[in-house]
Parts: sequence; C-alpha cells; structure tokens
Amino acid sequence: MDAQKQLYREEAFELLAKLEEALIELEQQPDDLDIVNRIFRAMHTIKGSGAMFGFDDIASFTHTIETAYDLIREEKLFADEELISLTLRSCDQVKAMLDAPEGEEGTDANLIEEITASFKRLISSGQGAAPGQAESCPAYTGGDQEDGLKAEITYRIRFKPHRELFQNGTNPIPLLNEIRALGHAHVICHLKELPGLKELDPEACYTYWDIILTTDKDADAIRDVFIFVEHISEVEVTKIDDYSEIDHEEYKKIGEILFDRGDISLSDLESILGRQKRIGEMLVESGKARRSEVQSALMEQEHVRNLRKKRMGAVSGDSVSSIRVASHKLDSLVNLVGELVTVQARLAQLSAQRNDHDLALVSEEVERLTAELRDNAMGIRMLPIGTTFAKFKRLVRDLSTELGKEVNFTTSGEETELDKTVIDRLGDPLVHLIRNSIDHGIESPEKRAAAGKPAEGTIRLIAEHSGAHVLISVSDDGSGLDTEAIRAKAMEKGIISPDASLSEKEIFELIFAPGFSTAQSVSKVSGRGVGMDVVTSSIESFGGTVEIESAKGKGTTITLKLPLTLAIIDGLLVTISDEYFVMPLNAVVECVELSAEDRRRTHGRNLARVRDEIVPYIPLREVFSLHGDNPAIEQVVVTEIGERRVGFVVDKVVGQHQTVIKNLGKFLRHVEGVSGATIMGDGTVALILDINKLTQQVESAEKYPEVH
Amino acid sequence: MSKKILTVDDSASIRQMVSFTLKKEGYEVIEASDGKDALSKIGPSGVSMVITDLNMPNMNGIELIRALRTNPSYKFTPIVMLTTESHQDKKDSGRQAGATGWIVKPFKPEQLVAVVKRLLG
Repeated sequence: MDAQKQLYREEAFELLAKLEEALIELEQQPDDLDIVNRIFRAMHTIKGSGAMFGFDDIASFTHTIETAYDLIREEKLFADEELISLTLRSCDQVKAMLDAPEGEEGTDANLIEEITASFKRLISSGQGAAPGQAESCPAYTGGDQEDGLKAEITYRIRFKPHRELFQNGTNPIPLLNEIRALGHAHVICHLKELPGLKELDPEACYTYWDIILTTDKDADAIRDVFIFVEHISEVEVTKIDDYSEIDHEEYKKIGEILFDRGDISLSDLESILGRQKRIGEMLVESGKARRSEVQSALMEQEHVRNLRKKRMGAVSGDSVSSIRVASHKLDSLVNLVGELVTVQARLAQLSAQRNDHDLALVSEEVERLTAELRDNAMGIRMLPIGTTFAKFKRLVRDLSTELGKEVNFTTSGEETELDKTVIDRLGDPLVHLIRNSIDHGIESPEKRAAAGKPAEGTIRLIAEHSGAHVLISVSDDGSGLDTEAIRAKAMEKGIISPDASLSEKEIFELIFAPGFSTAQSVSKVSGRGVGMDVVTSSIESFGGTVEIESAKGKGTTITLKLPLTLAIIDGLLVTISDEYFVMPLNAVVECVELSAEDRRRTHGRNLARVRDEIVPYIPLREVFSLHGDNPAIEQVVVTEIGERRVGFVVDKVVGQHQTVIKNLGKFLRHVEGVSGATIMGDGTVALILDINKLTQQVESAEKYPEVH
Repeated sequence: MSKKILTVDDSASIRQMVSFTLKKEGYEVIEASDGKDALSKIGPSGVSMVITDLNMPNMNGIELIRALRTNPSYKFTPIVMLTTESHQDKKDSGRQAGATGWIVKPFKPEQLVAVVKRLLG
C-alpha cells in the first residue's frame, strides 16, 4: 500500500474514533447542532478522501450516511436512537473496509445493503416526497471523451461576460486558451462596449469574444470550459458546420452571418444590399455593424471556407493532385518572369515618355499581368514547411531512446509556406537545433523529477509568418543555458578574454561561436563542437538571423528569422556617382544626412552621431573606388547587422525597389561584398550589396592594413 | 518563479494529495488546516491561487473566501472551493462569497490540474 493510502487510513481511523465519540454525545444531547456538524464533517472527509485514494466502497457507503446527517443539520430529520445506532454500526463497517487487504471485499455485502436501506428509508422520511434527489453530479466532466474517431464540427462561440467577471477572480484569457487547445480556433475580441477613459471602471470587463472553433469534441466539452462563469456571462455555442454539408463548398455570405447572430436586422441587410460595394465595408460605413463584428464574421466565413475546401480536397483527392516538376525548370521559370518584370518596367518607362494613349493602355495591362504572373510563379516555389517537420518526429524518437530521455515533440504551423530553396537549406540547421535541445536541453527523467518537472520533456517546433519573414522556433522546457558554464568554457577555449564583461545575451550567443561545446561528455549525438556555428552561418548565408532566449531551469528557445523568398527582395535603391546600388531593405534601419561639416568634426574618423549613438560608417565611394566628388550633403544608410549598427555613405537615396535577384555569373561569382545584381527599368544594371561581407571586409582591412 | 498555491483543508490526506499533484505540475504549494490558519499563512501577497475546502473547524471555507475578497491583494485571486456537496445552495453561497470555481469531491488528480490550469493559465 502506498504512502498516501496509508496516510488516509490513519486519518480515517482517527476520524472514526472522533465520530464515535460525537455519536455518543449526540445520544445524550440530540438537539446539539454543533455535534451534528462535527459528525457531518467527519463523514464528509471520510467519504471525500475515500474516493480519491481508491476506497470507492467507503465513498459510496458513507455517501448515504452523509446525506442523512445533512438532513439532520437542516433539521428535517431527527437524530433518534435508531439512527445513532445505525451510524455506529456503519462505523464498524467502514473500519472493516479500511482493514481489508487491497482488492478484497472484507465486509459482509448483505449487512452493508441492510444498513444502506435503513438509512435510505430514514432519509426519504425526512425528505418527504423527494427521495434520492441528492445524487451527486460531478461538476467536472472534461477529459472523459470517447477515443473513437469523430467528425470535426465547427462551432461559433460567443462568450460575453458580465461586467463583474473579474470580481470573483476569473481571468478570461486561460479560458480562451483552453478553447484554443480543443481544436483549430480563431478568436476575435469585440471592444464596442468599451467606454471612454473617463467612464471606464478598471475593474469591469467590457470586452466580449467570438470564437470560431473546429474540433472533434462536442458542444458539452466547450460549455464545460465556461462552467465556472456560466452564471456571470452569456455563452452561446452554435454549430455552424459539420460533415453533413460537404456538398456545397460556398459558405454563407457576410450579411447572412451577421443576421444569424442578431448583430444586424434583415431590413438593415436588404437596404444595404442595393448598393455596389463589399457588403462588409458598406455595413461598417453605414454604422449598422462595427468593424470588429464584420471582421469576426469574415473570419468565420474564411475559417469555414478553408475547412470545406480542405475537405473537398481530401474527398476528391485525385482531382487536385499535384505533378512533380524538376526544380531547375521552376528556377528557369522564375528567371524568365524576372526578365519579364524588367522588360515590363522598360515598357512602362517608354510609354510614359511617348505619351501615347494606346501604348499606355497596353503597358498597364502588361503591368497587371506581369505582377500576377510574378506572384504566381513565386507561389509555385512556395511549399508548406510541414513536410520537413514530419521527418523530425522520427529523429526525436530515435534520439530520445538512444539518450534515455523522455521527449514529447509537438509541431505547429506546418502550413506555413516558404520558398523551396529556403526549405531545402533549412533541414540541417534544424536537425542541429533539435539534437541540441534533446542532448543538452532536456534533462534525464530523474533530474527532471528532482526539479519538480514532469518526467517527459517537451520540444516544440513552431513556424509562423511575420511580415515578409517566417519565424521558426525550436523551444524546450529543459535546463536552460548555464551562463557560468558557457563563460568558463569560452574562456578555456580562448573565445573570450577572462576580463570580458558580457551581457546575458552576449553569453548566450557564445554557443554559436566556432569550436564551442559545453557538454560534460562528448556523446554520440552532439558535443563535437561543430554544429551551432554551422547553424548561424548557414542561416545567415540566405539572409536569416538567429536569436536565442533562455531561462535557467525553464528552457531555451532558439528562433530563426528567414526571408520568405530568395528570388525577389525588397531593396533600397541608392546612387553613388552615376551608379545604382541596391541594399536589402530588411537590414536598413534609417537614413540620415551627413554634411561636410559633420565629416570634419570627427577628424577623419568614420563615425556619425545618430540619435546620441555613435555609428561607424563605411564610405562606399572610397571602398568601390568610384570617381567624382562627394556631394555637399551625403546620405548615411544605417543598417543593423546582428546587434550592431553600421552606416553606409551614399550620394543619394532613390527609394524602395522590388528587386529581382540575378546571379553575377561564373566569372564574377567570387566577388566579395556584392551578392548579385538586378536590372532596372531603363536597362541599367544595379549591384546588390552584401552588407555583411562589406562590413567584414572593411573591418579586416582596418585590422591588417595592406602595405603598398 | 513558479506560481504559489495555497491549499486549505482540515484533512491532511486531501492537503497532501492536492499538494503532491500540484507540485508535480511545477507549482509551489503551501498548506493550511483551516480558514484561520490560511489567513495567518497567506501573507500580504504572493499566493496566486487558493484551493479551499468548505467544511472546516474554526473558520470554514465560505468565511475564508469572504475574508480574502475584502483584502485588496486577494480581490482578484482565483479561489477554488472543494466540496462533496452537490447541493446548489452551498455552491451558490460559495459563489456569492466570491469563489471563482469549484471541484466536487471526490476528484481525480487530473481534474484538479485541469481546473488549476483553467483558472491560472
């Protein structure tokens, strides 16, 4: 018998002794409610704990007795001699049940039944005409779902708490998160009832939420989440889609949804429908519906449409089948499209010069088509990242068994699309990161238990869109990075000097330094000191960055920030003399002016003061040995490389430019500081600057000046 | 820092079960044997959640909930009541006193964890 059961038994015996004492007192003073309360409490505890520690027989037996004493407490039943002696006999039975070896009855079933029956008789006499209504109904029923395969159903949930929601300590956010965990959910928050700052009561809840949830759980499971707030909020759960409606893919129109929900009336809808604009826009403009309501409806529409489309795809699998195309064919398609974009730009320029109406018409048409063609061609190269994720499951499984660790691996954002070339080059870095998480991050089950964590560690692989980037993060709930150990190791390896003062972040970044490894022993998996530096260099090679976050004892998260595509980038077009150059826009922070006076003030050192920060700059004219004089006022394009800011001095900043990247060809491939070229609308070529390389080049030139 | 939970129950076995279950989930747990004991142990702040039984000597759960809700530091703290009584009136008076949620005994460890996660996040 385990320690907890033993503790329960000891406690139960103690309680029974008290109970008997109280019962005998009660016999003398049958009206004393204090004694009844004591008896009730003792019974209550024996029953409550009994069920929790596996003494189900005791729990069900004492339940009836407890009910009887509850009635006495409410003075609906009188504690007469019969009842007291019956209770005393029950105490003996409970003792017998406690003493019974596990898995055996130990008591006389007939006797139990007899006692129970007598109690029930007494109870029904006390309750009058309503016997047996005190059956227990557990408040918590979640998690008892059947395991069978269930069709996914989509619900619309409107959760509208009363103002006083916060007064009883409820935080709605965990509830929304719990709903999210039930399936695929979209949540939208309505703020229309939020008053102005003057009238706002900071302790009141003014917001309400619409949630569109696709789940295999039933509506009861959803309502169960809100069980604690039912009495202080409106919770509406409406089924809006299930498998039965598979035939028609089109989901309801926005107006219909809003009308369904009672946000607008039918006449509102009809009067609006006469006009010719997007229905949602019109409703908002006319003030019939709030923007958030329309957004919420749009979200619902999109959610269900996507769902149905996916289902259609699944059912009629063959009709939307894919064809495999050699990737070099795709590359040449994208190349051609790139040329077309260039030609189109020339055409546009030409038509602007000619001032010919017919030509302008054709040119605009070509522009529209080219843009569409370009997006399509790029789209073909985009692949969902999920395919790469799948192979990591196997990796995690194999590694964790090999290392004797228990790891739960979860992925999300599989549908996130990335350029194929990026995905291809992402595999190895991710393998390294996941290996490291399992090997260094997640502790052994024993260590985890000692630290009070669940024995099974968790590694999450998450992909998500963020503007023109995709973020991919690998996070574990392991031991986190040990700053002291990293520091000591870095000193030993001579990566940092012993007196270097480093921020926590800088210390974390040391693990990406070449030749670094902190594992106590070199294992088969990682710890060879290669790996992490390979990760950074390969991610940076295609314009990505690596970030690391860690809390000791809590875990580590490493986030890769990757560009969506490699073939077309947003660039900043600048000029020096008559030459055009493109700088990758995502690295540019700001542009500031640099006057001759500013230059003089720094006495020939290439430093500019930008918002009270000293930023070193690189004069590109000198680096590229271009002719011509510096204009009176030059421009410094301030870029961010990792954590550092570096300025590049140019003559003029022209503006943003959609840049189709062209390779430089065989002979020029190894030129450093230039990553490619692009063709401008007028046919001139602009070089794309590799700001990382340029900076390194200039740095090493400063350190080791060449002797001429 | 892990979240601190106060469990109040006159039964040592329940306290231990609650405490054992929650510690395994990474919470910090302090124990009190009744309402009075709870108020003396709770301190000015720092407890993120209270789980209390209703039937207790000295000061019962309802009185404890009322006392906590009048304390500005605990005005919005989630409080869960443990009860075997499925009677609606008992639950209602707990709610009126300011309880956030409830768990009906007997309960399984995973039910306890689910409720704690639902309220604490």
